Amino acid sequence: MSATTLRSAGPPAGSGALLAISVVGAFLAVLGAGLSHDPIFQLQAGTIALAGVIAAFVLNAGMAGGTLQDHPDQYSDNVVKAGVIATMFWAAAGLLVGVIVAAQLSWPTVFYFPELGFLNFGRLRPLHTSAVIFAFGGNALIATSFYVVQRTCKARLAGGITPWFVFWGYQLFIVLAATGYLMGATQGKEYAEPEWYTDLWLTIVWVAYLLVFLGTIWKRKEPHIYVANWFYLAFIVTIALLHLVNNAGVPVGLLNHKSYGVFAGVQDALVQWWYGHNAVGFFLTAGFLAMMYYFVPKRVERPVYSYRLSIVHFWALIFIYIWAGPHHLHYTALPQWAQTLGMTFSIMLWMPSWGGMINGLMTLSGAWDKLRTDPVVRMMVVSIAFYGMSTFEGPVMSIRAVNALSHYTDWTIGHVHSGALGWVGFISFGAVYCLVPWLWKKPGMYSNKLIEWHFWIATTGILLYIAAMWVSGIMEGLMWREYTPQGFLAYSFIETVSAKHIENVIRTVGGLMYLSGALIMIVNMWKTIASPSAAPADASAVPANAIA
Amino acid sequence: MSGLSYETVARFAQQAGLIYFGLIFLAGVAYALRPSKKAEFQHAARMPLDDGEQP
Repeated sequence: MSATTLRSAGPPAGSGALLAISVVGAFLAVLGAGLSHDPIFQLQAGTIALAGVIAAFVLNAGMAGGTLQDHPDQYSDNVVKAGVIATMFWAAAGLLVGVIVAAQLSWPTVFYFPELGFLNFGRLRPLHTSAVIFAFGGNALIATSFYVVQRTCKARLAGGITPWFVFWGYQLFIVLAATGYLMGATQGKEYAEPEWYTDLWLTIVWVAYLLVFLGTIWKRKEPHIYVANWFYLAFIVTIALLHLVNNAGVPVGLLNHKSYGVFAGVQDALVQWWYGHNAVGFFLTAGFLAMMYYFVPKRVERPVYSYRLSIVHFWALIFIYIWAGPHHLHYTALPQWAQTLGMTFSIMLWMPSWGGMINGLMTLSGAWDKLRTDPVVRMMVVSIAFYGMSTFEGPVMSIRAVNALSHYTDWTIGHVHSGALGWVGFISFGAVYCLVPWLWKKPGMYSNKLIEWHFWIATTGILLYIAAMWVSGIMEGLMWREYTPQGFLAYSFIETVSAKHIENVIRTVGGLMYLSGALIMIVNMWKTIASPSAAPADASAVPANAIA
Repeated sequence: MSGLSYETVARFAQQAGLIYFGLIFLAGVAYALRPSKKAEFQHAARMPLDDGEQP
């Protein structure tokens, strides 16, 4: 890896090897598609083959034409640019699917397509969750982590061509997962739906990601490892561990898409929710806290409020989160003590969660006026406020008695979305609003007014969404437990569904508003990138899509 | 084997776990509050502000 620093020009280290791997991979995928009798497997193998062929052609053209150049004396920003574009592309796609499934729940007779099975709610719902969490959130995490680790370590990304492999490999994972869901290839595990070959591919990409990140830290010129890098590293390492354990399974055949997990019964449920809740804790929390710890101080030009607090709440957060999963399994076959353990650790999470919230908010000390003048700062502050709110609500919902009312209802959906739309979405949008002018060397975003519009439309949308889900969640929770004097359930299930029609409609409107905000942002971003540069043109600043 | 009943094992695990995690937490707090680290952490708190255009 250190060999790259000695090279003055030429393609990044490993380009030739990656070309060879792409060719071999494409060949094996074609072979697999040809030998298999499983149409889903054939289509997925065909997708892999196509990706391999495209990668081989682009790498070959880049190496032969000299456009694929290594610049050891500069930060690797082109892969971050590609990541920022991918982030917003998948944001639009994932949010759109979310609005579609919300409309299906609101008007099931209108948005139901019996002839088009792949458009049914059951297929689109995991497409939505994976697209927003892994495609939108994942790309935001990879792009910002590549940016932040270089700046805070004062070192170029390690591994030659490997960061590009991580980026495009991750996009291939998304495409395989998404098209797989639509065809019905799923393990049926929440947030872990992709089948075994997609899981294996993600493992390879993720290990490469870990190595790039560690390699960059290894060659840092700054002796102290900044707290954001600790959070990113906790996210990368823990997701690798969770992914490997939860997806342990045996395929029906090497040319068949279907696999069966090694765990069964309550053990399977426990492993699944150990995975599921730590996907929230380490993917949607630790990674985005890393984002907060870089972009908030940078944007408001103030140091981190308390660096000591950041250390204490980091270790407390990662030690406590890992135990919280069993709160998803109250009133199940899981032993009661394990449920109570999950509940207790969830309540303890209040402290480290709020430690992070306080540290993020108080970093504005001395710069609170920016809340009024800079809509990006406002977006990030509202994001941290939503983080505080949803991490307050979560422990409350983990209490067994509260869970008896909230579980399986829309309250959970509202809780997830105040975290996802409010915290994860807004901190990512804030980071992207910062990154676009920095990366493309512009004085600022094209229009501050459009950021204001984005902020207010999206914030109103979130409030509509979560308020509607609180009402419908508590209502259906109460209806489900209502008995007649004779001891029968007062309501049939379908009555509880039709009772929340209006809340479903309000939720759809809220989601549509959030999507509209993201589309406004994409227009703003497009205009910014297309605008003339402020700084003198940098000859080496190759457009991100030059390698695409 | 009344000496190794479920209750005995559970009580030991609970108390040992409490002490173990409590000590780890205190060690973390002690590290964070160590006076000799003050300058390093003050520098670290400004790291996002001090990055340049070149590695």
